[in-house]
Amino acid sequence: MNQTKAIFMRITVNRSRCIAAGQCVLKAPRVFDQDEQDGIVVLLSENPAPEFEASARLAARVCPSEAITVDDE
Amino acid sequence: MSQALAELSYPMSRTKPFNPPDDYTDLREHQPFARVRLWDGTYPYLLTKFDDIRVVLSNPKFSCEPNREGFPHVFEGRMVADKADRSFLRLDNPEHDRLRRMVTKEFTVRRIGQLTPRIQETVDRLITQYSQLPQGSDFVEHFSAPLPTEIITFLLGIPYEDHAFFHEATRIQFGSKSTPAEVRKSLDDLFNYLDALITRKEREPQDDIVSRLVTEQLKPGHVDRLTLINIVRLLLSAGHQTTQNMTALGVLTMLQHPNQLALIKGNPELISGAVEELLRFSSVLHVGARRVALEDIDVNGKLVKAGEGVICSIPAANRDPDLFPDPDRFDVQRDAARHVAFGFGIHQCLGQVLARAELKVVYEALFRRLPNLRLAVPFEQLRFRHDMFVYGVHELPLAW
Repeated sequence: MNQTKAIFMRITVNRSRCIAAGQCVLKAPRVFDQDEQDGIVVLLSENPAPEFEASARLAARVCPSEAITVDDE
Repeated sequence: MSQALAELSYPMSRTKPFNPPDDYTDLREHQPFARVRLWDGTYPYLLTKFDDIRVVLSNPKFSCEPNREGFPHVFEGRMVADKADRSFLRLDNPEHDRLRRMVTKEFTVRRIGQLTPRIQETVDRLITQYSQLPQGSDFVEHFSAPLPTEIITFLLGIPYEDHAFFHEATRIQFGSKSTPAEVRKSLDDLFNYLDALITRKEREPQDDIVSRLVTEQLKPGHVDRLTLINIVRLLLSAGHQTTQNMTALGVLTMLQHPNQLALIKGNPELISGAVEELLRFSSVLHVGARRVALEDIDVNGKLVKAGEGVICSIPAANRDPDLFPDPDRFDVQRDAARHVAFGFGIHQCLGQVLARAELKVVYEALFRRLPNLRLAVPFEQLRFRHDMFVYGVHELPLAW
């Protein structure tokens, strides 16, 4: 609908920084998951749908090891 | 700045049980890097601004290792326990991450989700038992202490029947008045107990965390025995005393704010947010987090020199008006998501998903099943845990 606003969020995760606190999964379960073997972050969606952008941003802000980066491109 | 702030001892006392010491408000405004005097005559910085605290706790050049020169020791007895601690809580990277990752799979959102029916059953059973006791029975003894202890002992594979022993160990090791000799004796007893436990798991591994650590980490030589004992000790103590105190203090906070309580009773969907606000408002880890600078470090324009100690006040950060407008107001509908009640940086609480799950189940079930729950004694008679490393109430007599 909003075709003029072609700005998408791009998310990257740094798995070596992650400490598996799980906050991103609690805040944005459609965007982040945790590896069964060690609890380390798994990115489910690099470009989340607009309805998940706010929760993905919050996840990045509360990540204790600053392992989540959000870029708007 | 002001003369009144020239010499401050830490820890400071509170004037209102629900609020951090009043001094924090002045310090945050006038002296966000205040020198405070500890029991041993050292003068670390006390940090009270959210942004400064966040910067320190996420900088690996601030060490959390208690044996380093300059590390702030807040109680003499606690110093003994901290210096003996070989768990990842008291290690910098890279060793911290290596050891922590031995247990992170046990506390993921998925694993705790699978545990939730058991938490619910335990909460339901404890509420039933508690409601059959005489009116005025202690909620701490009969509910908030048993609940997290039952859950963490189940996860670890430790007999719940031994709870009096490790509750006593926690009381001694985290009490401000414990002597070094008492702490040493208590640590020895606890280490011997956990050593025997590990021996049993070596012989007969079961479906529990300690057995998996023995099989997957100790036997192949990824971790030595003393470090493993320390990790289990950390999981056991952090798994019961923090949640125990948060549970009881949270119930008391709700009871003292009846309008807020009415809101969550009528709107169970508010409970998740209420848990975050209770965590922010209570900040039961009221002493620390503590670090020492490994080199000269600029923190938002302030130079902290190598070897200087820093105390990052969690309660002060969580009452910073820059982040939380009108911070002393308890409001279950505020956006409290960025609180640092679980700490920040690589040491942020490993068990926070479990803690949140327990608290959510408790606050939902308790006020639903005991809608007339109330204090059984005047508020002024309650004894708050000013003397302990983890804040809360010593006893909480309730009626229903």
